[in-house]
Amino acid sequence: MRHGWFAAALALALAAVLTFLTLPVVAIFTQQPPGDLVRALGEEGALDALWLSLRTTAAALAAILLLGTPAAYLLATRGFRGRAMVITLIELPLVLPPAVAGIALLAVAGDLHLGLPLTTAGVVVALVFVSAPFYLRQAIAAFEAVDPTLLDASRTLGASPARTFARIAVPTALPGLVAGTALALGRALGEFGATLMFAGSFQGVTQTVPLAIYDRFATDFTAALALSAVLVAVSAGILLAVKLVRGPVALRA
Amino acid sequence: MTLRVEARTRLGELALDVALEVAPGECLALAGPSGAGKTSVLRIAAGLRRPAEGLVRCGEEVWLDTARGIDLAPDRRRCGYLFQEYALFGHLSAWRNVAYALHETPRGEREARSRELLGRFGVADRAGARPATLSGGERQRVALARALARRPAALLLDEPLSALDARTRAAAARELGAVIRAAGVPVLLVTHDFAEAAQLGDRVAVVDGGRVLQEGTASALAAQPASAFVADFTGAVVLTGEARRGPDGETLVALDGGGELVALEGPDGPVAVSVHPWEIALARSGEVAHDSARNHLAVDVLSVTTVGTRVRVGLAAPQLLTAELSAASARELGLARGGRAVASFKAAAARVLPL
Repeated sequence: MRHGWFAAALALALAAVLTFLTLPVVAIFTQQPPGDLVRALGEEGALDALWLSLRTTAAALAAILLLGTPAAYLLATRGFRGRAMVITLIELPLVLPPAVAGIALLAVAGDLHLGLPLTTAGVVVALVFVSAPFYLRQAIAAFEAVDPTLLDASRTLGASPARTFARIAVPTALPGLVAGTALALGRALGEFGATLMFAGSFQGVTQTVPLAIYDRFATDFTAALALSAVLVAVSAGILLAVKLVRGPVALRA
Repeated sequence: MTLRVEARTRLGELALDVALEVAPGECLALAGPSGAGKTSVLRIAAGLRRPAEGLVRCGEEVWLDTARGIDLAPDRRRCGYLFQEYALFGHLSAWRNVAYALHETPRGEREARSRELLGRFGVADRAGARPATLSGGERQRVALARALARRPAALLLDEPLSALDARTRAAAARELGAVIRAAGVPVLLVTHDFAEAAQLGDRVAVVDGGRVLQEGTASALAAQPASAFVADFTGAVVLTGEARRGPDGETLVALDGGGELVALEGPDGPVAVSVHPWEIALARSGEVAHDSARNHLAVDVLSVTTVGTRVRVGLAAPQLLTAELSAASARELGLARGGRAVASFKAAAARVLPL
């Protein structure tokens, strides 16, 4: 085994990466006794933040799916002038710093005299703005991967364009759409910067879980840990769900 | 309900310019190399592609008339379209694939009707299976059942046999022939294989470079090609007749229009006999050598075409056939249009296909 040192080096690198990435996550659960974490979640402000995160994320996802799915289908199946430009514009929020996103939203709300800043609706707007591109990118790719002859076949079998979209395109692209939904969900749950700038951090109104964590970490570290633990659990659940959805697809291919 | 398709349009490099007519119960095979524009003709007929100028009419119904600004959506044209790879919906079971075409049928009757259609194609037992678990032959049958579910006014078949392996292809071709005859509607079929076109099509239109080079029965095209391209493309000679078993187990074919052939094997009943032109030997009339060839047909010489170093001789027996000789042999025999000759080939050279 003359090259044994190389295999050992590879294993060592993997061990270092794994430790670095998992240790902090594990620490969230072990830093304080589990009983204290559960007790901290019972606090009124924590429950408010969880409930608000749940509602705003659900509302944001509903808006993204409802408008994003047909928009992605249009971009994936029709060629038109300026299509590449449109896709680039849609992807721009992906690379925008969250603080810039917050300022941009404040500017447009001010220009249009929208009473959104510092309201729960404002939180939803911020979440949609930062997480929609994650879904759109995935959904466009998923619809582009649908064999166009399936859509043609649907039309020759008497189905309208709308029926073809709902009954053939969406079910065929479903694994990709689910993956996109999970990405957008993860991004929306963790949203911090844009929400803080656009909607502020008022308990029960605009203080989502990430804002609540930030609010508590100096004063009540246990409460911040407890809320973090909940986010870790939800994020892990999302990741697992995506793997499960993707798994069967990989097997079918 | 005659189907008429006219189209003039640019397809990238190709300038498509075709005008076709198919009678009800008739099958017109569009045959040609890939990239000839064959599939585009089907897509235009179905409304999946819009030509710059064109007309598509099925009986009294006008589906497309660019001059009058008429262009019916694909779902408004009653076309049964069989796609090359069958385009079955992977997320639906076989019967739900068929039921998808039955959305005008009351919901409660769809499943029974779908299963009945699948039964007609011999795949009722696969009704609950997803397309991914079906064999190539089964997929073709499910796709055919689905294409016919809406009782289409015209049937469009895009390379219906090319996705099948050689073993299932022969049986599938026979079944498809029966389906085409039973449909009673105009059938437009696309294939790159002349033998397939000859077997399934009542008429064959050879397409290349976006144009129909020649149109006629397969045997007429093989015997009297209008161009070297058609001559080359048609390849084999095709003769039709009625087959029966001979005393030694061989197959005897009484040719339509007169004459008899011997082949080593083949089905009984109506058949097409295919022979390669280079397997047909020619001799002067009355000078038949006693060789191993068991088939000797008295023929009239219709044409003599030189293709490179080869000579293709169009013959009538009275069915049309083609012999291919070297230029030297043709000279030696003194073959000329209007002359008579004897065409010979071995029984082993005759391939008998069911019709």
